[in-house]
Amino acid sequence: MLFEALKSGKFVVTSEIGPPKGVEMREILSEAEFFKGKVEAVNVTDLQSSVMKLGSLATCRLLVESGVEPVFQITCRDRNRLALQSDILSAYVLGIRNLLILTGDHPKLGDDPAAKPVFDLDSVQLLEAVKKLQEGEDMAGNKLEGEPPKFFMGAVVNPGADPIEPQIIKMEKKIKAGAQFFQSQAVYEPEKFAQFMKKVKGFDVPVLVGIVLLKSAGMARYMNKNVSGVYVPDPLIEEMEKVEKEKRGEKSIEIAARLIRELKGLCQGVHIMPLGWGNKVPKVLEAAGL
Amino acid sequence: MIIMEQKPFEEILSFLKDEKSIFIVGCAQCATVCKVGGEEEVKAMKDKLESQGKKVSGWVVIDPACQSVEVKKNFQANKDKITSTDAILVMACGNGVQSVKDSAERIKMEKPVHPACNTLFLGEVVRAGYFEEKCSLCGDCLLEVTGGICPVTRCSKGLLNGPCGGSSEGKCEVDPERDCAWALIYEELKKRRKLDRMKAIQPAKDHSKLIKPRTLTLGS
Repeated sequence: MLFEALKSGKFVVTSEIGPPKGVEMREILSEAEFFKGKVEAVNVTDLQSSVMKLGSLATCRLLVESGVEPVFQITCRDRNRLALQSDILSAYVLGIRNLLILTGDHPKLGDDPAAKPVFDLDSVQLLEAVKKLQEGEDMAGNKLEGEPPKFFMGAVVNPGADPIEPQIIKMEKKIKAGAQFFQSQAVYEPEKFAQFMKKVKGFDVPVLVGIVLLKSAGMARYMNKNVSGVYVPDPLIEEMEKVEKEKRGEKSIEIAARLIRELKGLCQGVHIMPLGWGNKVPKVLEAAGL
Repeated sequence: MIIMEQKPFEEILSFLKDEKSIFIVGCAQCATVCKVGGEEEVKAMKDKLESQGKKVSGWVVIDPACQSVEVKKNFQANKDKITSTDAILVMACGNGVQSVKDSAERIKMEKPVHPACNTLFLGEVVRAGYFEEKCSLCGDCLLEVTGGICPVTRCSKGLLNGPCGGSSEGKCEVDPERDCAWALIYEELKKRRKLDRMKAIQPAKDHSKLIKPRTLTLGS
């Protein structure tokens, strides 16, 4: 269990899969097989980047059935407070125990920009709502019947945000609202991350540093340009650029493992986002000595 | 001010395809500032409609079209031109269109009304010809806690508890040209040494206060 692993104080590894656009589940379920016994839990993204896809909830249930512990990612983008609370209760009866609460990207950035952005709640308010559900009440204060659900609830933070103070203020609010662990946005600059961890030292909530497997120099440049708070330094881009196409996978593993070794002493775990390269995660862990 | 723009002329013309005679209503307030319903634009519309073979029975610029008493006064003064026409084209905001329709009904001068504008937002006239949205009419003003910068309106997600992960160097993930409202709020509160306001958790909005259509009676 993710909760117990973090409580035990060992360095914890989580990873991530994204449901398909359609109903063909074979690929991601076989990707999940690579995680078995290698990672503590696997996040399932919720319409990541606002691209309409099969849902996180159903995929999380399929992971439970195949013996992989899921982290149900749930964003505020697509559902009002009734639907959010309802899906969280549904998750519980489907055997899902870990939640990751996020704001969600704006639909404008996705594959159907005409969609209505909901954001009835923000991430802090949704964390509070889940806290209340666990106390046996819904957000409006109405009593739940029977035993309340019990989750291990996480949130996200962007250690590369500039300025950083508003991020830290929000992180503190998320903790106050009930966040029990954090997974971070992708980190490629260990020194900057070390500074961030120094600033949040007193918070006493486990942080899993985010690692996105670099697939190419082009991808690194794209992230530098388009992903807030993510910066891949030039030497890493050059390293990727120098290798032949067939060797990119190996290089990606090498870089990720090196980053993990550098970051390991700074935080309580690592969250590896392979973006479809789930088969490489065991090799990353091996190379990182985990 | 209500910010609006004129619909494409072809679209307006398509609304009027079954009607020969049109009476045009403009508005002396917002629609005039937005250059979509002042005297100048009303006269230009008259010429354009006439060039398409329509008869314009008359026109009026009401000050303002959203005030029933003004609509009624102006309609009484133009009674013949309105009773003899097939329809009314309103060059004002969506509120103005409905105010004209409902006010005309109240004095038994009802006619089909057609909108000439798309109503965009409630905004500030930053300078002539440039408008910015600043308020969403949410019914529960937060400006005191957010340093006079509205996150409901100026954050693309309307977040109440700080920036999302898409805020980058003070800009919004939706459009890098657009300021992140929470970056502005943070700078403002920091400058005023009121960052504690940003640290307090803001509860979710009470949408039961926002059930449409809203009405207000003064003194009740």
